[in-house]
Amino acid sequence: MATAPAEIPSRTALGRAVRALPTLLRVGVAEAVAYRAEFVIWLLTTTMPLVMLALWSEVAREGGPIGGYTGKDFTAYFLAAFIVRQLTGVWVAWDMNREIREGLISMRLLRPVHPLAAYGAENLAVLPMRLLLSLPIALVALALTGGAAVTRDPLLLLAFAVAVAGAWLLGFAIMSAIGALAFFIESTLAVADVWFGLFFILSGYFVPIELFPAAVRNVAVLLPFRAMLGLPVELLIGRLGHGAALHGLLIEWAWVAAAWAIAVAVFQAGARRYSAYGA
Amino acid sequence: MARRYFRLLSAQLRIAGLASLQYRADFYADGAMSIFWLAVNVAPLLVVYQRRPTLAHWTLPEALLVIGWFTLLKGVLDGAVNPCLTAIVEHIRKGTLDFVLLKPADAQFLVSTAKILPWRGVDVLGGGLVLVFALTRLHRLPTPLQIGASLLLFAAAVGLLYSLWILAISVAFWVVKLDNLAFLFSSIFDAARWPIGVFRGLWRFLFTFVVPLAILTTYPAMALLGTLTFRTGAWALAGAAFFALLARWVWTIALLHYTSASS
Repeated sequence: MATAPAEIPSRTALGRAVRALPTLLRVGVAEAVAYRAEFVIWLLTTTMPLVMLALWSEVAREGGPIGGYTGKDFTAYFLAAFIVRQLTGVWVAWDMNREIREGLISMRLLRPVHPLAAYGAENLAVLPMRLLLSLPIALVALALTGGAAVTRDPLLLLAFAVAVAGAWLLGFAIMSAIGALAFFIESTLAVADVWFGLFFILSGYFVPIELFPAAVRNVAVLLPFRAMLGLPVELLIGRLGHGAALHGLLIEWAWVAAAWAIAVAVFQAGARRYSAYGA
Repeated sequence: MARRYFRLLSAQLRIAGLASLQYRADFYADGAMSIFWLAVNVAPLLVVYQRRPTLAHWTLPEALLVIGWFTLLKGVLDGAVNPCLTAIVEHIRKGTLDFVLLKPADAQFLVSTAKILPWRGVDVLGGGLVLVFALTRLHRLPTPLQIGASLLLFAAAVGLLYSLWILAISVAFWVVKLDNLAFLFSSIFDAARWPIGVFRGLWRFLFTFVVPLAILTTYPAMALLGTLTFRTGAWALAGAAFFALLARWVWTIALLHYTSASS
């Protein structure tokens, strides 16, 4: 190179990713704004917790509280579930699957930023728009339930923030690992389907984990599904003591570490055997 | 005219059958998935009935009837409706709908029958088994009239779902990128696994009149139980017919807005 670069480029992969992050996020936000219709549809697909809210409130109205949940508790639970889903939903498996099959991922592999970091930035970039749409819902909900349903304990609120961050990282890593399976097998989306089926039942998406029979509940608490939804929700509405909160967070972050190790390993192994036209 | 379309339909079905015979392993994969999803669908129901004998006056076997119709309908939706209509969105985005429009047959008919996946019929089988199981638990043998009425309502439900799909697809002519439309559809449809009586107020209104989920699964189940009044049934059929006409009308308008690949 004839002229010295204006700034000294970072040598490590991580440094490069960090430096590229603001730009990647800006591009992601622009994309989210460009495909508004798709975005609104996505928002509508995530209204399932609201349907479950209607259902469980009716169950509690008919015959009194179930397992310590009154109608108001169900309202708080499923509204919180709706918001956590907004904050932690990722779709990287679909993008990755398509780009690997169509050879488009070559472009990403050529760039000096690790593809997983780029996908991560894209999935993070929609958060401002999702917040913009779900915060009003949260405020209305807060007003409706009198604010009593949300915990006032600063430690639990802090734990909630940590749990949401962990839920996002966990979901992203698992979806990346499933997406990267497209390097090896054809029907990765079937794998994603099975994952979502298990997630719907075991995460507390249909039913709060507490309502399961004890045997199922004890297993569900150890699995990654509850860490991705039930844990942050239960923290926010103050249904966990400090001990249980810490226990849940430890399990969650153990899964985060394991899932990232798997995701990076699957991606690297896949990228090595990848041979699109011209690659 | 009708004979020509009948011949077209049988040709499309024959091609779909031949294609599916090439992927025989899919039969087992789809079958396993079908059982898995049936378990996923029934699980929340079991949690409710573990703690309550009835839900909105529905007992567990009665609610299983609704699940049975839900599974049947899902089989038809995944096997014959979703794949075709997802293909249309792709056609619109890429401009290849030109090739369909040039053919000397109705475009809506051609795209709606182009991509049928017979293996998804496993769900239909599973749904039928759930219905039989629920009826034996109820110790109930429906009269031929009741069976006829429920089948008629089921046919109306399939037509209704298809019409809703066409209405949704028509939006793609304006906004172009609608990859996740199928997800929207199945996630709304998911609420149909519950008897409509469970929902109150706004949801009851939405699920009866805006997205008529009640007609899809609750009414056929009520017909089997013999609790559906003739008037409600007739209204359901009229509603389905209305949606079919509306869908056809919107589709023809939407086609006029199609800007093919080059324009």
